[in-house]
Amino acid sequence: MTISGEEHTVKRYDKELGHLRGLVLEMGGLAESQINRAIKALDGEDVTLAREVIALDHDVNALEVKADETCVNIIALRQPMGSDLRLVMSLSKTVTDLERIGDEAEKIARMVVHLYDTNATPPDNRLLRDVFNMGRIAAAMLRDCLDTLARMNVDKALDITQADVSLDKELESALRHLITYMIEDPRTIGHAIEVTAMLKALERVGDHCKNIAEYVIFYVKGKDIRHRGIAELTHETAEPAQEARE
Amino acid sequence: MNTTATTLIANPVAGTAALPGLQAIAMTGGKVTDYNHRETVGRITVDNPKMVCREVNVFYGEKHAIKKVSLDIASEEVIAFIGPSGCGKSTLLRCLNRMNDTIADCRVTGELTIDGINIYDKEMDVVQLRARVGMVFQKPNPFPKSIYENIAYGPRIHGLTRSKAELDDLVMHSLERAALVDEVREQLDQPGTSLSGGQQQRLCIARAISVNPEVILMDEPCSALDPISTAKIEELIDELRENYSIVIVTHSMQQAARVSQRVAYFHLGDLIEVGETEQIFRNPQHILTEDYITGRFG
Repeated sequence: MTISGEEHTVKRYDKELGHLRGLVLEMGGLAESQINRAIKALDGEDVTLAREVIALDHDVNALEVKADETCVNIIALRQPMGSDLRLVMSLSKTVTDLERIGDEAEKIARMVVHLYDTNATPPDNRLLRDVFNMGRIAAAMLRDCLDTLARMNVDKALDITQADVSLDKELESALRHLITYMIEDPRTIGHAIEVTAMLKALERVGDHCKNIAEYVIFYVKGKDIRHRGIAELTHETAEPAQEARE
Repeated sequence: MNTTATTLIANPVAGTAALPGLQAIAMTGGKVTDYNHRETVGRITVDNPKMVCREVNVFYGEKHAIKKVSLDIASEEVIAFIGPSGCGKSTLLRCLNRMNDTIADCRVTGELTIDGINIYDKEMDVVQLRARVGMVFQKPNPFPKSIYENIAYGPRIHGLTRSKAELDDLVMHSLERAALVDEVREQLDQPGTSLSGGQQQRLCIARAISVNPEVILMDEPCSALDPISTAKIEELIDELRENYSIVIVTHSMQQAARVSQRVAYFHLGDLIEVGETEQIFRNPQHILTEDYITGRFG
């Protein structure tokens, strides 16, 4: 890759790209706060907080529309090339994933309202243990992911693609736990199904983080590494500078 | 290029403090990030070369205008030369059919061949060379003659046809190839200069192809034309590439992107990078190319 440290001759172009980055990072900040607050609402059985998380989704959606519009305008008016083109394409796709992360947070928040805003018995804490565990991992992934996006750091981006693999493993083990509880006491089945939906939502957050990390690698390296094995990626992104003069 | 560079983020977000600006994201493990690296990056050779340049130097008096440039021009390809003014792209283009011969203090060294024959050889007939390597200029320059004569002139002096009927056929065929025939069929005896700018340029292309060249050099062929005429010329270039090698010098990066299969980027007389058009505009390997195509050039 070659990403320049120079400014554009047309200063406004720099401002437009900076504005787009700002919008995307702002959106990332909101999505992160949505996830953290959704987990917190579950932990504190806090229905009010859960409702705030649901309301926040409108803001994330509004930012998505704004960021998309900015991308289209830059493409229409500036015809970006090279790293600028890769930046706009990467951010345009990042926006979609961030919006979906917001949706997953909203799902968890709705579940909190559903579980605790009734007279029904709340779920046993044992059932929720893995949700908190996976929530911590997913939130950390999202934080790293946004940091990677802000700094466009390829090494960290590769770490995130690996973290996603361990989050998937966490889901498998969490599901095994739930099955055990359900076999032990079939009365937990109702709650276990709801917990499964939350676990799945957190697993999806990890997938979206991984996607964003891949866009970062595409921006910096100019390589599309989606749908490929980790070993292959690490090898390729670390390949030495190669130049040919024949 | 350092972390203290002005941040360009309009809305710093809480929780992601100290966001670096675009400048700070520089140089993270790239290919050629050294601005002083003057060796050509990318593959200069092709599998089916028509013309070959090796270590070509051009001097205008004391000025070293082209510095040890090596590059192949393939058969049946459009290659675009891009670069800032004074980078040597037109100079190299003009070497390819020895247009620089007319400049008094211009000196060319190195090897330039067409089908393996040295074009700077003393034995080389320059008139024949220019029939094989035709040229279209920035400003349309039809002869002050009729449309018919503009095209018939070359084939006649090169003795390409044996009869008036053959010459007529060749003229019509050339106009057809240049996508001009429908517009001028009824006015072949009108002066070439009576046509619009875009038509005149297509007339010049028809004139260039009438002598059955192998290579066509185009020096900013659309810079004096409106977008519709430009599109017609670009469509024409795309069709012509099935039979000719085309070298186009252009200041419009979008044009280079639209018409060429390969791009060569020049800077201060050096060939900095050459590569497939998609690669050059998506993911250039030299920081100088990147700066130029993204509009960051000094």
